[in-house]
This record gives sequence, C-alpha cells and structure tokens, in this order.
Amino acid sequence: MEATFYIASAVAVLATIMVITRYNMVHALLYLIVSFLAIAVVIFVLGAPFIAALEIIIYAGAIVVLIIFVIMMLNLREETVTQEKTWLTKEVYVGPALLSVVLLAEIVYIITSGETTSVNQPVIDATAVGVSLYGPYVIGVELCGILLMSGIVGAYHLGRQKKKIVHRFLEKIEE
Amino acid sequence: MEAPIHPMLIVAGVLGGVMLVAPGLIWLERRLLALWQDRYGPNRAGPFGVLVVLADTLKLFFKEDWTPPFADKKVFIVAPAIVVITALLGFVVIPFAPGFIVSDLNIGILFFLATSSMGAYSIILGGWASNNKYALLGAMRGAAQMISYEVFMGLSMMGVVLLTGSFSLQTIVNAQQDLWFVVPQFVGFVTFLIAGIAETHRLPFDIPESESEIIAGFHSEYSGMKFGMFFVGEYIGIILISSITVCLYFGGWLGPAFLPPVVWFILKTFVFIILFILLRASLPRPRYDQLMDFGWKILLPVTIINLMITAAIVLFNENSP
Repeated sequence: MEATFYIASAVAVLATIMVITRYNMVHALLYLIVSFLAIAVVIFVLGAPFIAALEIIIYAGAIVVLIIFVIMMLNLREETVTQEKTWLTKEVYVGPALLSVVLLAEIVYIITSGETTSVNQPVIDATAVGVSLYGPYVIGVELCGILLMSGIVGAYHLGRQKKKIVHRFLEKIEE
Repeated sequence: MEAPIHPMLIVAGVLGGVMLVAPGLIWLERRLLALWQDRYGPNRAGPFGVLVVLADTLKLFFKEDWTPPFADKKVFIVAPAIVVITALLGFVVIPFAPGFIVSDLNIGILFFLATSSMGAYSIILGGWASNNKYALLGAMRGAAQMISYEVFMGLSMMGVVLLTGSFSLQTIVNAQQDLWFVVPQFVGFVTFLIAGIAETHRLPFDIPESESEIIAGFHSEYSGMKFGMFFVGEYIGIILISSITVCLYFGGWLGPAFLPPVVWFILKTFVFIILFILLRASLPRPRYDQLMDFGWKILLPVTIINLMITAAIVLFNENSP
C-alpha cells in the first residue's frame, strides 16, 4: 500500500504543477481534476475512505464542474490563451516560489527530525467522521451551514427577475 | 456462501457480461419501441433481427473517424472514453450474488456516486471540445442537469443507508431478507429512479441531446466509434442504474430458491431496463426550465422530508425498547 501512496502523491504534485503552467483554462482544470483524484487516493491510502469518496463527489464531481460551467459561459477563445501567456511571466513566479521554499524547508526539517507517524493508520469510517462532526466540531458544521445559506440567499437576490408580461395590451413591467 | 472465486475471474465475468449486454440493448430497445408503436422494428438480419447489433457495430467501425479541424483534439478524444470508464467503474461495488462482487468496499454507495459524478465530465468536455454552438448548448444543459440531479440521487439513497447503517451494497441486500426496501422507502425509490434516469440522460430527460432542438447536443460532432462509445456508455449507464435500483430497493439477488441468485438479479435488472425503454416510448421531453423547476422545487423537498422522517423513525425505534 505504501507504493500507491507515493505514486499518488507524485501524480498529485505533477498535476498541480501542470494546473499552474497551462495557458488554456479548460486544460488547467482537467489537470486540477487529476490532482483531486490523486489526493483522494492519498487520503484513501491514509485510512479515510469516507473522506476520500466525499473529496471526489464534492471537489472533483461538483465544484470543478461548476467552474467549467462558468468558463463555458464566458466563451473563451484563442485570444485569451495569448493574453494568459503575457500575464504568466517569470517574475510572477518569484513570490510564490519564495514562500514555497519556506514550506519546503519546514517539510525537510520535519522529515529529518523523524517525528512523523507511519503511513499505515487505522481506518476511519463514516461513523467516526459523523460522531466527530456532530460532537466536538458541531459549531464548525453550524457555521458552514449559515455560510452556505447566506450564499444561497445572495444568489437568489442577484438572480431574481421582474416578471415581464409580453402581450399587446398588457405590455408593462409588473413587480 | 459459495467458494470464493478468484477476483480477476469476477472482473472478467462482469466486464464481459456488461459489454455483451450493452450492445444487445440496442436491439432490445428497437424491438420493444417497435412493439409499443405497432410496427416490426429490425427483423431481417438473423433470428428476430438480433444480428442488427453486429451490423450496427460494423457500420460504426467502418465509418470515417472524423475529428473536426476546429476541435480541441486531445480533449475531443478523451471525452468519449470517460463515459465508458466511469460507467464500468460503477460496477465494481455491485453484488451480483453472494460473494460475486468485484470489491465489497465499505463505502460502496459513495463510490458509485463518485463514479457517476465523474461521468458528467464526458458530456461537458465532449461538448466543449467540439467547439460547436449546439454541442456547447448541450454540454451546458448536461452539466446543470447532472449536478442538480446528483444531489437528489445521493439524498434519496441515504434513506436506505439509515435503515441498514452501512454504505456497503452487500450488507444492504442482506438486510432485505424479510422485506424489500421498496416498501418502507417507496418515496426514496421513486425519487432515486427519477434522478437515475436524469443521470443517464435518457428520455424523458435527454435534454443534453434533444435531437429535435439542438441536433444531437453534446455529441453533434462525433462520428464513427467515438460516437459509438457515447452510445454504449449510455446503455452501460442504464444497466448500472437498474442494477443499483435492484440492490437498494428490490432485494438484489434475493428470491425464491428455485432459481440461482444471479438469475434473480439479472431478471430484476432487466425489468428496470425495460421500464427505461417504456419511459422512452411513452413520455414527451420536458422543457429545460421545467426540468430544473421539477428538480429543485419538488424532488429536493420530497427527498429531504423523506430523509428526516426515516431518521426520526429509526431514532424512535432505537430508543423505545
């Protein structure tokens, strides 16, 4: 099982690099899907099959579909690819690269200090996730609920339309 | 329990069986449609016209495999493969008989939901890569339809999960020894079936394709075997949804002992496949906004109420002695 962990994490890292360097938005999102799938495999190997399935259903299955949906609406063409090329210059990489180096140093330190747990963890099933979500972390769940609710209300407010009657004699806009 | 069969043999059996039945459904569908519309249907090639499947396949193989010059080539080629792969992956968790299952995952239902949600990409990417207005329209309709109906599909299955306390399909089938779940979970069954039809984008929910409005929707630009993949993928999807329905609500392989369990499973599955075809023969296609209204304003409240009532009853039964 350890080999699958290392292969999946390598795929995740490579796919994420490809996400950043693609000029075409949809191609980048395709690599993002691969990255999510690879991370799901990593989580699965680490002993959390329930969270792995949710990762695929929610992130790869719903959120990226929505992003692609929006991109299809925008009707991007070849010009945007060239525009993207002018934006993605070498200078842009400096800031994130510096920050990543700090993280890399931390990871190297953690690995060399040897204070890591092994890959083979006990399996955490759906019941354990549910018990901890509705036990000690119930406030987090409630806050997420409120956040999503406000999102829905906002979307409804933006998307609301006035009723329009199309008729020769009744041509007026009704509230 | 039977003697354990080698997993690779089960994989080969399931793959072979599904890949044989899926093209056969083309014949079954055309014959049954013809029966319900008072005509003969394919009846020339072979006995009862069975060989029409072979003729169709040969035709698809020898057609020119045309990739439009304006298409995004790589994505265009990958899209039809995704639909077949994801639909076939769903069969991993289906128990055909006691012990005859590729992998009895403890997250069986969630695995099925994950594969079916990945199936949406074939429509979206196929339609987007075609770089054609009709294909893009079909893809956008498909994306919206599949995302919304996935929600109700997952929620309607959770009633069964509450009653058994497990995501594994084998455990769910075993829990139906006394009573099929279609009785206590009738609302869940109806909503699941509707959402399942929408997931396979079959008539009456074939909005992403709707030949009479947007040519062939997301696969307008596809020809030859790439179109064949979409075609076969749709039939594999029908078999998948039918077998999941049988497992969740109709007792899977359970049945009187005079027939082996696998035969019961296949018989029940075919009843649902025929129901799918009957729906195609009898129902008109709703408008796109009607589909969305129906989903979010009727199906979503119904599934949530069903889930809450089921949870309340389960809690009540646990607390009372």
